Amino acid sequence: MLTITMAIFIPFLAAIFIPSIYKGIPRVNIGWFVLIIPVTLFIMLARNISAIAAGETYIQTIPWIPSAGIYFTTYLDGLSMIFGLLITGVGSLVILYSIYYLSARESLAHFYVYLLLFMGAMLGVVFSDNMMVLYVFWELTSISSFLLIAFWYHRKQSRYGAQKSLLITVTGGIAMLAGFLMLYAMTGSFSIRENIASVGELTGEALFLPALLLVLVGAFTKSAQFPFHIWLPDAMEAPTPVSAYLHSATMVKAGIYIVARFTPVFGGEPVWFYAVSAVGIFTLFWGSLNAVRQTDLKALLAYSTISQLGLVMSLFGLGSAALHAGYSANSVLYTQATFAALFHLVNHSTFKGALFMMVGIVDLNVGTRDVRRLGGLMSLMPFTFTIAVIGSFSMAGLPPFNGFLSKEMFFEAMLTLRHLEFFSIGTWGTWFPVIAWIASVFTFVYSMIIVFQTFLGEHQPDRLDRKAHEAPPGMLIAPSILALLVVTIFFFPNIIGQYLLRPAMASIYPSLAGEMELAPRILAWHGKVDTPLLMTGGVVILGIILYRLLQYWRNIYEIGPFRWNLDALYNGMLSFAERSSSLLTNFYMTGDLRNYLSYIFAFFLLAVGGSLWFTGGFSFDMSNDAPIALNEYILVFVMAAACVLMLFVRSRITAILLNGVLGYSIALFFVFFRAPDLALTQIVVETVTTGLFLACFYFLPEWKREKSAQPTKIFNGLIAVSAGVVVTVIALSVQGNKMFESISVYFENAYDLAGGKNIVNTILGDFRAFDTMLEVVVLFIAGIGVYTLVKLKAKKEERDVED
Amino acid sequence: MKINDVILQTVTKLVVFIILTFGVELFFSGHNDPGGGFIGGLVLSSALVLLFLVHDIETVEKGIPVDFKKVAAVGVLFVVGTGVGAVLFGASFLSQAFGHFELPVFGSTELATVVLFEAGVAMAVVGTVVTIMLSISEDV
Repeated sequence: MLTITMAIFIPFLAAIFIPSIYKGIPRVNIGWFVLIIPVTLFIMLARNISAIAAGETYIQTIPWIPSAGIYFTTYLDGLSMIFGLLITGVGSLVILYSIYYLSARESLAHFYVYLLLFMGAMLGVVFSDNMMVLYVFWELTSISSFLLIAFWYHRKQSRYGAQKSLLITVTGGIAMLAGFLMLYAMTGSFSIRENIASVGELTGEALFLPALLLVLVGAFTKSAQFPFHIWLPDAMEAPTPVSAYLHSATMVKAGIYIVARFTPVFGGEPVWFYAVSAVGIFTLFWGSLNAVRQTDLKALLAYSTISQLGLVMSLFGLGSAALHAGYSANSVLYTQATFAALFHLVNHSTFKGALFMMVGIVDLNVGTRDVRRLGGLMSLMPFTFTIAVIGSFSMAGLPPFNGFLSKEMFFEAMLTLRHLEFFSIGTWGTWFPVIAWIASVFTFVYSMIIVFQTFLGEHQPDRLDRKAHEAPPGMLIAPSILALLVVTIFFFPNIIGQYLLRPAMASIYPSLAGEMELAPRILAWHGKVDTPLLMTGGVVILGIILYRLLQYWRNIYEIGPFRWNLDALYNGMLSFAERSSSLLTNFYMTGDLRNYLSYIFAFFLLAVGGSLWFTGGFSFDMSNDAPIALNEYILVFVMAAACVLMLFVRSRITAILLNGVLGYSIALFFVFFRAPDLALTQIVVETVTTGLFLACFYFLPEWKREKSAQPTKIFNGLIAVSAGVVVTVIALSVQGNKMFESISVYFENAYDLAGGKNIVNTILGDFRAFDTMLEVVVLFIAGIGVYTLVKLKAKKEERDVED
Repeated sequence: MKINDVILQTVTKLVVFIILTFGVELFFSGHNDPGGGFIGGLVLSSALVLLFLVHDIETVEKGIPVDFKKVAAVGVLFVVGTGVGAVLFGASFLSQAFGHFELPVFGSTELATVVLFEAGVAMAVVGTVVTIMLSISEDV
């Protein structure tokens, strides 16, 4: 189906036109035009829900670089459907919200271009079946996230947060790329589906475990899992719609998507089970614990997002156990963990999106999001308060909100761990529900902080920048829709369960799909008071007590492990890298061209001359050489004379002209040897470079005889002479050794293959067009580089940027 | 960079057109004979460089009000675009097509997509060379 491929490219195409629409129609907010795109895509995808639910999948392949195994394959199944709907659905709401959130004075064209870039890239990640294509889109999401975090780039914190997120996620991305390449080395295919199909042969391979770990590093960095979670709180410098969209609803879930997508490949492996579930559960605990100490509402939500992502991650880890067991009563139990993970993934996007938008409204209206300065906003902002209550209570796991359902399922899944008989888990299995429960208590506490410290208590108008009032209706639409979803899903969870989650389960457990019903009915009340319900009750009781006594136990954050700071480690590593690289660079970048040339030639001597020496490549065979004619002797003499003279001339212009003699003589050689193309090129290049030389020459000072120490002179002379000798030796050896068959036969029928009689040009434009294309791009970059270096000198005094 | 040389200027006025014509001729002949986008572009840019050297920059910019950075950018777009274009027609990236067509004036003519590719190369070369030349010589 072509539409899925189109769905990826529509946002990119739209991004191209946004700046011109922005300039052309200044009276209408550009956001309204942008809004059309995600809404259209959402409807497009939604029309396929019933087909996907019936078990259909859509796949389309466009050959991209077939020789390298890279095909542009798009694949729509249950799992990518959920993510596709999240990306376009939350995307629509976020854009609707941004129309009111961002003032018209901001550079809106940039904002929406970045947002569309992200949307396209994210759709690319979830719809791509080819790992290389997926990787390209994966890094593109990091880049667009970087651009969006640094949207207010005049702030120092924004730039810091953007750099941090880019460094951490891209490092993870490269690890993942290495993992993909290892998978390719084992299976010979970049296609995820083909890798899944050949999973049986994989497990014994030596590269299997490294590939597994590297892919996980990529997933963990993107999804902000411990210890890579430190970038997410700093990413909150982005405008709030961006935080709602990228840093809670979609991009950070890309890592979870990768884990889900690769569960069929790696799932049966104990390492996968342990890594995913242990990292997930610890992230859940650590995130919720740290969220409680935050005073900035957005930082609190950031840690809460980290913690919730950990929850989903741990569930996927648990669910992978089902693949180890094969089909049995137990595996039914473990698939329920995955089901809960998918369900909570959807729920989290709804309530966390609403909460972020709510915080954005508060921030915009009163000018602060510090809970110590907020309070008593309930009567002033009743609608915002309602949204906050719905979002927070859902996050805390209370009925009648969707978070309650998935939280119950989470507890139930954790409890099944006690019965796990394989992976030699032993008593560790009992720890999982305990940690999960403790983390949920803290989740409850920070959810209460969001509601009660912001909206109840004493109103402090004098500590706020602006007078509090309700947000404009347009701004409330998007969070209200999400809040409505939170409630609706609670009452009708099985619509989502049957139409979205069941097909997704089938794509995570392709081997089990036919054998059992993977999607249970989601029930709010199981007909009896069971352990999960008791656990929820315990969470509420202990949570209320802890919230009440918050001021007495807050001091624990001052002690022990909370002082160990991963941020300090990151900053230390960064400044160490900067310091040592500038030390190293200053050591050899002396600013003297002659030094650089001697490095280059010395390296050349070592690498090329050295390998010639060690391989014994010298063998001169002059028997096949053509006789040397008189005119060639003359030309060689002229060139040699020009070279030697250049050493002794006094003025630059003479040196340039002598250099020109060399170039034109080479052109003459090409003429002698009947290579008109090369001769022409050489002549014109020589002419143009001489012109450029003259232009530069104008700015250079008088040419003075440079004084240097005798040993330096001898050393430089030695390098120069030996470089010449090595080149000569290579030229002679190449002629003497015919190690490969000539490939010129291939180009001889150029006229039939490429329609041109000039073989040189058919090679340039057709056979090796990829090289030419990249050369042209490099040439252009070099030109722009010269231009920017010369023209755009930093004008410091005009910048409005914090240093 | 101002050189007042009447003879050079007069000769240049004539020679530039010869060079430009030669450049275009090289560009088109490149398919079957020596020439092509790269050489054609270089010859064209050498004509421009000559103009800039003989006259001062302001005069030439008044006569040829073209932003050469954009020329280079459009050239790169052409080169990459022919590659992407091939994908749109179901061929693999950068495949070139050619065929023989009956045209009113020219008779049976060979048309090839590689011309677009080569035009892109030529534009990129001209744009880049002139951009570098201008950046350096304007930097006072």
